[in-house]
Amino acid sequence: MVQRNRTMANLDWISILLWLVIMVFGWMNIYSANIMEADGSMFDLSQRFGKQLIWIGASLVLAMLLLALDAKFYIYFSYFLYVILLGVLLGVLIFGREINGAKSWFVIGGFQLQPSEFAKPITALALANLLSSHNYNLKRFWHLVKAGAIIMVPPMLIILQPDLGSVLVYSAFILVLFREGFSASIMMMLAALALLFFTTLLLDKALILLLLVVASLIIYMVASRSFKKGVGNAVWIAGIFGLFYGINYLLQTEFSLFMLGLASLLPVSMVVVVKGFRLREYVRMKILAGLIISIVFIISVDFAMNNVLKPHQQHRIYVTLGLEDDPQGVGYNVNQSKIAIGSGGFSGKGYLNGTQTKLHFVPEQSTDFIFCTVGEEWGFLGTTFVILLYAGLFLRLIKLAERQRSSFSRIFGYGFISILLIHFIVNIGMTIGLLPVIGIPLPFFSYGGSSLWAFTMFLFIFLRLDASRLELLR
Amino acid sequence: MNHFTDRRYVFAAAIILVALVFIIRLFQIQVVDKSYKQYALSNAQSARVIYPARGLIYDRTGKIMVYNKAAYDIMVTPRLLEPFDTTEMCQILDITREDAKERLRAARSYSMRVPSVFMKQVSYENAALLQEKLFQFQGFYVQTRTLREYTTPVASHALGYVGEVDQSILDNEPYYQLGDYIGVSGIEKAYEPYLRGQKGKNVFLKDVHNQTIESYQEGRLDVQVVVGTNLTTTLDMELQEYGEKLMSPYVGSIVALEPATGEVLAMVSAPSYTPDLLVGRSLSRAFGDLAADTLNPLFNRALMAQYPPGSTFKTIMALIGLQEKVISINTSHNCYYGFYVGNIHTACHLHDTPLKLIEAIQNSCNTYFINVLKSTLQDVKFPNTASTYDNWRGHLLSMGFTKPLGIELTNELDGNIPEASYFNRIYGENHWNYVTIRSLAIGQGELLITPIQMANMTATIANHGYYITPHLVKDIEGEDQIDERYQERNYTTIDTANYGPIVEGMDLVVNGGKGSTARNARIADIRVCGKTGTAENPHGNDHSIFIAFAPKENPKIAIAVYVENQGFGTTYAAPIASLMIEKYLTREIKRTWYENWVLQLTQPVVPERKRDTTQISTMDDGTEE
Ligand SMILES: [Zn+2]
Repeated sequence: MVQRNRTMANLDWISILLWLVIMVFGWMNIYSANIMEADGSMFDLSQRFGKQLIWIGASLVLAMLLLALDAKFYIYFSYFLYVILLGVLLGVLIFGREINGAKSWFVIGGFQLQPSEFAKPITALALANLLSSHNYNLKRFWHLVKAGAIIMVPPMLIILQPDLGSVLVYSAFILVLFREGFSASIMMMLAALALLFFTTLLLDKALILLLLVVASLIIYMVASRSFKKGVGNAVWIAGIFGLFYGINYLLQTEFSLFMLGLASLLPVSMVVVVKGFRLREYVRMKILAGLIISIVFIISVDFAMNNVLKPHQQHRIYVTLGLEDDPQGVGYNVNQSKIAIGSGGFSGKGYLNGTQTKLHFVPEQSTDFIFCTVGEEWGFLGTTFVILLYAGLFLRLIKLAERQRSSFSRIFGYGFISILLIHFIVNIGMTIGLLPVIGIPLPFFSYGGSSLWAFTMFLFIFLRLDASRLELLR
Repeated sequence: MNHFTDRRYVFAAAIILVALVFIIRLFQIQVVDKSYKQYALSNAQSARVIYPARGLIYDRTGKIMVYNKAAYDIMVTPRLLEPFDTTEMCQILDITREDAKERLRAARSYSMRVPSVFMKQVSYENAALLQEKLFQFQGFYVQTRTLREYTTPVASHALGYVGEVDQSILDNEPYYQLGDYIGVSGIEKAYEPYLRGQKGKNVFLKDVHNQTIESYQEGRLDVQVVVGTNLTTTLDMELQEYGEKLMSPYVGSIVALEPATGEVLAMVSAPSYTPDLLVGRSLSRAFGDLAADTLNPLFNRALMAQYPPGSTFKTIMALIGLQEKVISINTSHNCYYGFYVGNIHTACHLHDTPLKLIEAIQNSCNTYFINVLKSTLQDVKFPNTASTYDNWRGHLLSMGFTKPLGIELTNELDGNIPEASYFNRIYGENHWNYVTIRSLAIGQGELLITPIQMANMTATIANHGYYITPHLVKDIEGEDQIDERYQERNYTTIDTANYGPIVEGMDLVVNGGKGSTARNARIADIRVCGKTGTAENPHGNDHSIFIAFAPKENPKIAIAVYVENQGFGTTYAAPIASLMIEKYLTREIKRTWYENWVLQLTQPVVPERKRDTTQISTMDDGTEE
C-alpha cells in the first residue's frame, strides 16, 4: 500500500495528461470519420468509435495493471517475455487469421489482436536488458551483434506475415544504440547509405557512379592535400573510360555506361592497392574501400528494388519521390489525403463537418489516415495542435529518460521514444505527402486496439520504471 | 557511467526539426495553397440537374397551342459501369448488341465521368421497365425531359422548333450543357430565355463510389428549378389554321395584322410542315427531308420571300404624290391601253378614261401611276432626278420598307428599294428618269418587299399614317407589358389627311361599280378595302397579290395575300383574303358556296416538286438562322 502510494506520487502526470489528451482527441476524430454510417450513439459497438471506446477503457485498466507490477519485474522478465513473444510471432504465422493479405492477426471473441504491435515494447525491454548488462560494450563487435540480433529477430518473423511497415519501425532502434554511444561516424555512414539509397532510386546508376568517383577524388585531394594527384587519377580514369567507350562503340557490344564505368575503375584500383601496400599509404585504400562498398550497395539496392519489392511497393516509393504521377492509382491515397487536409484551411470545416474523410475518399480514414480528419475538420490550428502535443510528449519523455539512474530504464525510455518517433514521422509524413505510404498507425490516436495497447504498455512500463527511478540502479 | 548524455540534444533537436517541417508543410497545403479546397468540392459534390418544363404557348383567344410531354433519356456514366446483362438491356430498349456497344463507345469517348445520353427519348414503357431493373445496370439512370406537343398542327414557322444545342452555343453560353434543348427558330428561339425557365440543381454529397449520401449543406447550394414562362401569342389559332387550309394547294404567304396593335393574327407560309415533325428523335431525319424538298417548306415566306408588290404599290405612289403635292385627288390622266413614250410601252387594260386619282386606284391604271412617278421625279423643289428619287425613297423608308420591320423572329429579311446611286451606277448619272424606272410605279422592277412588309403597309393605310411593329407575342406571364418597341406608333412621313383618298380608292376596288378590280372580295355587312396586284414573274406565271383591311371604319384586320404563279390578284389572292377577313371578323364563313368555290378553284399550277440536292443548297441559304 505504501509502495503503491509512492508509485502514484512519483508518477509523471504530465505524460499521462498528454497521453489522455491525444487519446481522447484521437477518439473524437475516429467518431467523426465514422459517424456517417451510424445513427450516432457513441457506444454503438458495431462501429469503430464504439470499439475504440472499449480499447481506451481497456488501456486504462492495462495502465493500472502495469503500474501495479514491481518495476524490477520488467527487468527480470524481459528476456522471458521476449522468448514468449518469439513463440507468439511464430504461432501467428501458423494459426493466425489473414486480414488484408497479412497473416498477422489473432481473433479472439470478435476482437482482433496483432501480436507484432506488442513485439515493439517487448523488444525494447530485451534490448534494454542487454545494453544495460555488466560489461556490455557497444564497441565490441560480438556485443553489437547480440544487440542486432535482439532487434532483428522479431521483424524477420514479422516480414514473413508480411508486414513491411512494422519491419521498418524496428530500424528506429538504431537511435537507441546511438544514444548509448554507438559510433557517430557509423551513424553518419548509415545516414550516407540511406541518402545513397534514395539517390539510387532517383538517378541513373551510371550518374551515381560518376558522382561517387568525383566525391572520392575530392576526398582524396583533401586528404592528401594535393590537387595534382587527384587530377592525375581523374585523367587516368577518364582516359581509360574513353578507351573502353570507344571499343564498345566500335565493336557494338552493348555494355551499359555503368558497366563501362566499373571496368574503367579497375586498372586504377589495382594500382592503388598495389602501390598502397608497397608504400604503406592507406588513405587511398580507405577511400577506395568506401567507394567499393557504395557501389556494392547501389547494385544491391537496385536489385532489391526490382526483384524483392512488390510492384505496388515500388510504385509507392516512386510516387512519393515524385518520380511518378498517378493521382488515381497509387498516388490516389496521398492525393486524397492531401486534398482532405488541404481543404480544411486555417481553422477547418468544423467538427463532424468534414466531407472528404467521411465519404471514403480517404482510405483507412480511421486508422493510418486519421490525421486527415484532423486536418479537414480542425484545419491548420488542429494539425499544429496535434504536432505540438506529440512534440511536447517527446520532449517530456527525453527529460524523463535522461533523469534515470538506471541504464535499463533510460534505454527502455529511448526505445519507446524511438519507436514513437518513427511512427509519428512516417504516419504524418505520409498523410501530408512527404514520405511514402507505409501503413503504420499514429500512436494513441489511430483506431486499433493492438497499437493503442502496445504504446500504452510502452508508456506505462516506462512511467513505472520512472516512478521507481530512485530505487533502480542498474 | 554514461558519457553520451549530450546526445539527448540531438534527439530534442531532431524532434523540433521534424515538428517544424511538418508545421511548415501543413501551413503550405492548408493555408497557402487554395487549390485543395477546389479539389475537395469537385470530389464530393454531385449535382443532379432538374429540367424545368418549357413555357406553354397560348393563342390570342387563350387556347393552348404548344405544351409538353415527358420524354425519357437513358443516361450513362462510363466510369460507374459494372458488368451487366447486355442481352436484357438490349431487350428492354429494343436495340441490337452492336448498337448498344456503339452507344457505350460514344459515351466513353465523350467522358468517363460526365454522364451522357445513352439513348434518347425512349418510350415511357421502356423507361419504366429499365427504371425497375436499374439496380442491375450500375452506371445507368433515367433522365426525364420534356418535348414539345402541339394541339393543332399549325403555325410551325411562327412557333419554330426546339432542338439540341450545338457546339457554338456550348462554347458561347455557359447555361447550356451538352444534350440540352434550345429554341432553334421562331418564337421558341426569340423567347428562349422566358420559355426555357431555369434549370434546377440538387447538390448531393457523394462518396468515392459515386453513391449519393445526402443533400449538401441542407440544400444551400441547390438551385431551385424555375418553370418556363408561359406566353400568349398574337396568333388567332383558328384563323391561322384556316389560312393554312386555304393556302395548302399553293406556294405563297398570308400575313394578317391587327392595325391598332401591330399584332400578327396569322402568318402563313405555304407549303408548310406540321410542327410535330421537328420534335425529338424524328427531328434530324424530318429536317433533312424538309430541306431536300424543292418547294422548301422550311423557308418562311412571310418574312423571307422578297416579292415585287405589283399594283398594290400604287397606293404608296399615290400617298407620296399627295404628300409632295405633285398630284391632287383631282389630277387626271388619259390612258389608251397603256403608257407610250417613243417606242417604249407599258400596257394597261381596258377602262374609262381619263381617270382621277381615286378612280385610278379603283381601276389600277398603269398609265396613271407612271405619270404620278413622272410628276414626283420632276418635282422642281429638287435639283435633279436623283435627289427627287431619294426623297421619294425616304418616304418609303418611313413606311418600313427596305429594312426588316423588327418582328421577334431573327430570320426576317429586308426587301429592296434601290437608292439613286444604284441607278446612277447602272444608267450613268443624269442618264435615267421616270421612263427608265417606270416599272417602280407599278410595283415591279427592282422593287422587292416581303409579305409582312406588305401587310404592314396595309395596316399603315388602315391606321391613316402609322404602324406598330408587327409582333407575335402579346403577353408574357408575369411581365407587366411586352417590349416597348412593340407598343410605339411609328408615324410615316405622309400626313394623315393624305390617306383618306387612298382608303376611298381601296374601298372602291372592292365595293365600287364598273371598273372595280376585286369585287369578288366583297363581304356582306363588312366594308372591305383592298387592292389587287399581279407581279410579273420572269421565271413563270405571274404572282397573284391582294392586300386588304376591314372594316373600313375602325379596322380590325389588315391582310396581305401572296400566291405565287397563280396569275391575276383578283382570281386567287382576293378571295382568300376575303375569306380570311370574314373568318376573323365573324368567326364563321357564311358564304360556304364561296369557300367551296375557292377551295375547288382550277387545279393549282404549282411547279413540279423535285428532290434535287444541287438546288437545295442554294435554297437553304434562307432557312438557316
Ligand atoms: Zn390605264
